[in-house]
Amino acid sequence: MAEVLNFHFDVDGDDFKSAGHASFMMKKNLRQLGLPPELIRRVSIAMYEGEINMVIHARGGTADVNVYEDCIEIILSDKGPGIKNIEQAMQEGYSTATDNIRSLGFGAGMGLPNMKRYTDYMEIKSTVGVGTTITMKVNFN
Amino acid sequence: MRVKDLATCELFNIVTLPDGEREIDGVYIGDLLSWVMGRAQSGNAWITIMSNINILAVASLSDTSCIILAEGVTVDEEVKKTAIEKEINIISTNMDIFSTAVYLNEVI
Repeated sequence: MAEVLNFHFDVDGDDFKSAGHASFMMKKNLRQLGLPPELIRRVSIAMYEGEINMVIHARGGTADVNVYEDCIEIILSDKGPGIKNIEQAMQEGYSTATDNIRSLGFGAGMGLPNMKRYTDYMEIKSTVGVGTTITMKVNFN
Repeated sequence: MRVKDLATCELFNIVTLPDGEREIDGVYIGDLLSWVMGRAQSGNAWITIMSNINILAVASLSDTSCIILAEGVTVDEEVKKTAIEKEINIISTNMDIFSTAVYLNEVI
């Protein structure tokens, strides 16, 4: 599987207003590549949920997107507090977000479930006190 | 129905209309942003009372045709400016959410 294209983004953890910038830029890039709208939608929503999580919980991180011949791979990495119980975090409705975050419309406990919903593969590697890396893949067909 | 046709109805106001030719295909209602991203379909008109700047990212990434701010909710100038930059249609109405949904059901 030859690598075709790589995009790297730094996600600013301090600014809630600019959250989503990396996903928005990625959406533009994928549009320029002429990929199908529904594929772009799935990739950009999954990436945005990850980006928001990094802003809410980990004070930012990095996002790398690799466009292969047959799939798009998204790798989100942060040095945040880590996820204590991944199985619990994957449940719809479970959230540790603060009231302040909830008042912005986030913290519904749908972030990780949405990432799984919109991708064909998702793997979470997390160590408490060290950080979290999430790898997702969306197939072209 | 195109977004601009709805936006120019008596009961609605144009907030931003950079892509008025966009067709409205169905409706989604919700205020929890991740819930909207998990459920809204491309082309849907999205009815909400949320007005912070993050609604723009949600509308853009979910590819909704427009945001409809119900219940007289308004947005600030920064949101308007960014919406135009990101080509997000926003229309507003004083109708409550239910009445807005019923109206849309009749016209689209």
